[in-house]
Amino acid sequence: MKRIGGTRGAPESAAERYRAGVLKYSQMGYWDSGYRPKDTDVLAMFRITPQEGVEANEAAAAVAGESSTATWTVVWTDRLTACDRYRAKAYKVEPVPGSPGQYFAYIAYDLDLFEPGSIANLTASIIGNVFGFKPLKALRLEDMRFPVAYVKTFSGPSTGIVVERERLDKFGRPLLGATVKPKLGLSGKNYGRVVYEALKGGLDFTKDDENINSQPFMHWRDRFLNCMEAVSRAEAATGEVKGHYLNVTAATMEDMYERAEFARELGSVIVMIDLVIGYTAIQSMSKWARRNDMILHLHRAGHGTYTRQKNHGVSFRVIAKWMRLAGVDHLHAGTIVGKLEGDPNTVQGFYNVLREPRNELDLQRGIFFEQDWAGLPGVMPVASGGIHAGQMHQLLTYLGDDTVLQFGGGTIGHPMGIAAGATANRVALEAMVLARNEGRDIWREGPSILADAAKHCAPLRAALDTWGEVTFDYASTDTPDFVPTPTAAA
Amino acid sequence: MNSVLKDPVGDDARFNLDAAFRDSHVADVIEKLEAELVGLAPVKTRIRDICSLLLVDTLRRQAGLSTEAPSLHMSFTGNPGTGKTTVALRMAEILHHLGYVRKGHMVAVTRDDLVGQYIGHTAPKTREVLKRAMGGVLFIDEAYYLYRPENERDYGQEAIEILLQEMENHRDDLVVILAGYEDRMDRFFRSNPGMSSRIAHHIAFPDYSSEELMAIAQLMLEQMQYMLSPDARSTLREYIERRQKQPHFANARSVRNALDRARLRQASRLFAKRTASLAKRDLMTIEAEDIRASRVFAEPAPVETQREGELQT
Amino acid sequence: MRLTQGTFSFLPDLTDAQISSQIEYCLQRGWALSVEYTEDPHPRNTYWEMYGIPMFDLKDAAGILREVQLCRKTFPNRYIKVNAFDSTRGVESLRLSFLVARPQEEPGFELLREAGPGRQVRYALRSYATRRPEGHRY
Repeated sequence: MKRIGGTRGAPESAAERYRAGVLKYSQMGYWDSGYRPKDTDVLAMFRITPQEGVEANEAAAAVAGESSTATWTVVWTDRLTACDRYRAKAYKVEPVPGSPGQYFAYIAYDLDLFEPGSIANLTASIIGNVFGFKPLKALRLEDMRFPVAYVKTFSGPSTGIVVERERLDKFGRPLLGATVKPKLGLSGKNYGRVVYEALKGGLDFTKDDENINSQPFMHWRDRFLNCMEAVSRAEAATGEVKGHYLNVTAATMEDMYERAEFARELGSVIVMIDLVIGYTAIQSMSKWARRNDMILHLHRAGHGTYTRQKNHGVSFRVIAKWMRLAGVDHLHAGTIVGKLEGDPNTVQGFYNVLREPRNELDLQRGIFFEQDWAGLPGVMPVASGGIHAGQMHQLLTYLGDDTVLQFGGGTIGHPMGIAAGATANRVALEAMVLARNEGRDIWREGPSILADAAKHCAPLRAALDTWGEVTFDYASTDTPDFVPTPTAAA
Repeated sequence: MNSVLKDPVGDDARFNLDAAFRDSHVADVIEKLEAELVGLAPVKTRIRDICSLLLVDTLRRQAGLSTEAPSLHMSFTGNPGTGKTTVALRMAEILHHLGYVRKGHMVAVTRDDLVGQYIGHTAPKTREVLKRAMGGVLFIDEAYYLYRPENERDYGQEAIEILLQEMENHRDDLVVILAGYEDRMDRFFRSNPGMSSRIAHHIAFPDYSSEELMAIAQLMLEQMQYMLSPDARSTLREYIERRQKQPHFANARSVRNALDRARLRQASRLFAKRTASLAKRDLMTIEAEDIRASRVFAEPAPVETQREGELQT
Repeated sequence: MRLTQGTFSFLPDLTDAQISSQIEYCLQRGWALSVEYTEDPHPRNTYWEMYGIPMFDLKDAAGILREVQLCRKTFPNRYIKVNAFDSTRGVESLRLSFLVARPQEEPGFELLREAGPGRQVRYALRSYATRRPEGHRY
């Protein structure tokens, strides 16, 4: 049996334990099967794949050690601290059903290991060093539980679902959005045209894409000016509150603040940032948004690099939890039926993490811990990527009311024009909500409800004719371990 | 125009009244009524009659025969404690099962819930109550208090008018049951012919016989998990016969009160001898002395019966 | 111009039967319904006039529909909406809000622009109807 640490036997006294040299992590106190997590502990659950010959318990202890106080060798300076308390404890290891060689390892961290209100500090511990650790073939952070005491050190979403709805005066249905396409190359004036048409046609929001910042073809100020002209015109045309997610992502915080300030001066209700700006920048922007009555939209650019594969990385449900703490108002969380990765149960798990006041244990949806959100507002999940009006009954059934449905191509690619595309989506949505509330079985009757609605709405007819049959029916990679996965395009 | 319009149901179509009855689940409600209410034979007969009428109406409608939307408003008259509220609750359920009200709940009110004390208060109050009762049954206890002819500025009249309007125009939305003492209800209807004409079913609730009251007592004791010793049984019968002749007699309610007080006395009796060990049976048994101590036995039975105008004993 | 505030404004105006079904949906969830009306439909006009307080503890849609009809009769040419309040912790806000009446003529909104420094513009929205005093707008 290969050992991670040294070959010494189990220490019997404190003097023995702290003698210079190398010990197994489990012998250093990072494994404690009798430990009962305290209500105030931060809990994490990792999927570990140990190298050949490494025991699961020892691998779990190593993860606990490397994500808390340990280093590879014994240090006497431990004895200057209440080190028993600061050591993270791996307290449970169980084999992953149906995946030989993989284990779920549960680890508890004392609350005092973390700085209040800092995602950067939290993540520096939990995913800081440990993912490159040699004795593990692969490691994935599956879920976390934050104690109420820790949750309360964060302000959470600057606006939250309820207040966002009150500000927009939009209730009882998902919100509708569209990302301006093509992603790159449009001039400010042409870009604003897309925004105006889509909003006037019936969408609530339009959106910059993740990589629209300030490029040679369109300087950011020009984009902001044209978009806000479009938003204001659309508000006058409909009498509704409208918004365009102005992407303020930039190279430095100073630039981002400058862009956000300009958006505010122009009267925008919402600004947008990308996940790639980093956790600290996200928290800074959340504070700024709260101070300026602004909704904060987060595009999860880059997450697929570490969330998608099941054996290594960080599950998106953990990212979702961090982002709820960090305080964003919108977060892309999958569509189930669209073009991007998304198993139905797993994605519903993300949605529940973002929206519910409390999550119960729900292994089917990949929720491994109860989580009390302690009054933190909900984040509005955004469904974006390859969805169209013909899927409205599926979207509403899977995702519920508190979500933004983003129909980019499904609006702009409409044969009768952008405004018609927007109208088709809005009519399809309202007809579906109306039917659902009337008690109809929209999962089964969806297509006929849409066909009926299309009788008084030519744009919807055209949309159904164009995209009615389009589905993206591929096997998901990030699936739950506890249930067989149904196909999305049922 | 040639007559291609087809009669939806031919003359030789068959109808199954029994199946309709079974599908409606009304039998369950009637069974419940039998189980929880002793006696009241004439009331139960009337309820069965109404059920039959409504079932036949339903079939007639299916057959395409003319049926006027039946008026279902009712009056329940009788002395206190004769089961009017319980029957009204079951009636709401029956009407719901037969599809004559949408929800089947009952809202019970008295004058104070309908009539305001100041000008302009009555209409909103009455409308509020009506809104709550929509889809179910509005039960107005002692309805005659709505009408106070001695005070010509009384706001009760306003409530009556709103009720009348509602009972006439929105038969689909609610059924009104007016309840109270028989003689006072008679007077009320005589003075309010509009109201009288909108009441389709008058049901009189007779007083219970002493035999029936004994049966009621037995039912109540079973529910409370108590029992009477043989002596206590004859004492209770004597109690009931005396009590019936005394003022403020309220039928089942008086029996309930008598049993509650007997339980109190039983407890005191057991407590007084608290050092003795008790069997489960002792905890359950009411003895003759627990009943005999009532003041009903102290007073000589009065000659005249006088019971009007009182609610509780 | 057709004001598209409210949950179902892109559909043909709801019939009373359709309104009843929506109210029924709300009642089944224990939400309290209220009726509000206005002649100032500016999207930021948060406070429409309340036609009575929210109706709690009702069992059936008929009572609420009655209020809608009364409100239409009293204010024949206004915007009227039905709101549903959910008192659940974590919501404590509206769950549904839809128009049940609108004026015959909807003049819409004027977009006012005030040029600022650079290319900047300050925007303001004004309902054409609110140029006239209350009670004479529609």
